[in-house]
Amino acid sequence: MSDLILAKGTVLTAQGIEEADVRIRDGSIAEIGPGLEGDETIDCEGAWIGPGLVDLHAHFREPGQEWKEDIASGSRAAAAGGFTAAFAMPNTEPATDSGHVARFVASRGAEVGLIEVLPVGAITKGRAGKELAHLDELWAAGVRVFSDDGDVVEDAGLLRQAMDYLAERGGVISQHAVDIGLSSGGFMHEGSVSSLLGMYGIPSAADDVILARDIRLVEMTGARYHVQHLSTATGVELIAAAKAKGLPVTAEVTPHHLAFDHTAAQTTDPVYKMMPPLRSGEDRDALRRGLEDGTVDIVGTDHAPHAAHEKEVPWEHAPNGVLGLEWAATVANTFTDLDQAAFFDRLAVAPARIGQLDGQGMMPEVGGPANLVVFDPNIEWTPTTTVSKSENSPYFGLPLRGKVIATVYQGRVTALDGVPAS
Amino acid sequence: MNHFLTIEGLTAGDLNGLLDDADEFVEVLHRPIPKVPALRGKTVATMFFEPSTRTKMSFEKAAKALSADTMSFSPGTSSLSKGESLKDTVLTIKAMGTDAMVVRHKATGAPWRIAEWIDQPVLNAGDGAHQHPTQALLDSLTIRQHFGTLKGLKIGIVGDIRHSRVARSDIQAFSTLGADVTMVAPRTLLPVDTEVFDATAKENLDEVLADFDVVYVLRVQAERGGASVFPSLSEYTDRYGITRERFARLKPEAIVLHPGPMNRGVEIDGAVADDPRALILDQVFNGVAVRMAVLFRLLGGESNE
Repeated sequence: MSDLILAKGTVLTAQGIEEADVRIRDGSIAEIGPGLEGDETIDCEGAWIGPGLVDLHAHFREPGQEWKEDIASGSRAAAAGGFTAAFAMPNTEPATDSGHVARFVASRGAEVGLIEVLPVGAITKGRAGKELAHLDELWAAGVRVFSDDGDVVEDAGLLRQAMDYLAERGGVISQHAVDIGLSSGGFMHEGSVSSLLGMYGIPSAADDVILARDIRLVEMTGARYHVQHLSTATGVELIAAAKAKGLPVTAEVTPHHLAFDHTAAQTTDPVYKMMPPLRSGEDRDALRRGLEDGTVDIVGTDHAPHAAHEKEVPWEHAPNGVLGLEWAATVANTFTDLDQAAFFDRLAVAPARIGQLDGQGMMPEVGGPANLVVFDPNIEWTPTTTVSKSENSPYFGLPLRGKVIATVYQGRVTALDGVPAS
Repeated sequence: MNHFLTIEGLTAGDLNGLLDDADEFVEVLHRPIPKVPALRGKTVATMFFEPSTRTKMSFEKAAKALSADTMSFSPGTSSLSKGESLKDTVLTIKAMGTDAMVVRHKATGAPWRIAEWIDQPVLNAGDGAHQHPTQALLDSLTIRQHFGTLKGLKIGIVGDIRHSRVARSDIQAFSTLGADVTMVAPRTLLPVDTEVFDATAKENLDEVLADFDVVYVLRVQAERGGASVFPSLSEYTDRYGITRERFARLKPEAIVLHPGPMNRGVEIDGAVADDPRALILDQVFNGVAVRMAVLFRLLGGESNE
């Protein structure tokens, strides 16, 4: 196998940051140092080199909704966005609530080969919130993260059972935290914009009351708990308080909750419709600060493809969700102040740790796996296209800063300048 | 003006200009032959995706009084019931040859989506609980005819403001035209954030009733939540109904308006509705004139060619 050189980048290693070249051979990092030469060279001048990004929250829609996305197209979008691993949420058809579906998702990901695809297992059968899914089977299939994402586990008693069942082994409960009584009928953040539009709102408290409840259950069970797509300032405070108590609680924020607030919804353009909704400017700012100071552990994309005909409808009829994988790193870099170490922590190291994923989110070191991304934090550009099957991106036309130059997975270049390898 | 979607953003000059045009069309409508050839050869499609009688008929009458042809659409008998998308429905009807579309839809923002899909004027005839801009014009015209101006008038809008597109458009029009607007409703029927409206919010009607020059009575929409937003219709009437007793406590020159359809005996007593100071049928008549003014503004004249 030939040598690939990532030349003249700023490399984040376990020892610190150094200006160096990286030699990649046989899927591993063979050498880190100055003046390296090889068969193929990627110019990384001015760019950061660090562990390939890991997304703890993606929707690849396969099996069951392949007109929106599939594991191949989702993997391409992920690779283009600098990711070398992504956790695929279980709201597929059928739901990933048993071992064979989980094994299908993982093996289809391996067959595509652009990123590592990790199935997230459902907590309840069919994600119906009534009885526990085949948790042992899922565990045996390699699942470590469990979620009914798309829906909350509403029944606190059932959630407690899942937590008790998984706590000892260290499985992670990943909760889509929203109270149904407070949110039902709502289409956007309850506030000034929903009031002007006459639209039913979803109050911030809908998310907060479930998060507060769940933190109490973590205290009771000792289970590891991850709250998805945090959207409120109060949520950031609740997480900070739980961490101060030493509870095994982690949190994620999506790129769109970093980039926008509910004033974007004033256009009633369904590209801005998602759950949880875009909230107030104060909420958005608290999420940015939370990610910077680490209260919010990671960026999770909640990459949610929907076909054009599904989004070309009035707001109330449109499905929730936006694309994210291709621009997550760029959006985090644009709207928060993260240095190279913090950037790779929030987008690679911490998500791999929370997802208990070996071989990913590791600082580049000689002999280590060549799962890497080259990211230039200073390039200014405006997205206009996507490699996803769907086109529901809120970032088209939005000037952003920072660009993924190259993605390397298992020693192979999987994307170059936004174009995925085939 | 390319479309007529919302009152938001219109100035007092814009609104008064449309009302001045409407005054001229009121005069036309009083002629022996109440018709002008202004829009001959134009076709106006009325697309009511939500049932409506008065607004749809009013727009059709307005278009015909301007000599436009009309095409109408109703969802029950259309391909929508066969699963056709809104976009395909709109493009299909446009392909038949329309010059403007009048749209009523229960989903907020639907007329804005349609305006993105077609390159001809879209008139919002009511979207969700968001906007009903021609209603605001006809209400403003009715008040202006009666008092000469809205400037300095105290207008109370009473009832289900939270779910009312009429209230949202009216508050913006009345306040832009210089009136002092008060929203009166129990908190469950007020917008969650009242600060975004140029109006004061009150929960107790009897405290403020005697201040109003205009009492604008909103329809109780039993289909909107019912028991979860107020305990019973009779309790609503006790606290917010314009009963004969409350009508007697209004300023002697005060008028009562209602957008219809009325629930007599619930939000308005039958005798109040029939009182000469209730200008409800004047509102209906003025509706035709303001819709003529808007259609003429969008389709008449050369600026549109």
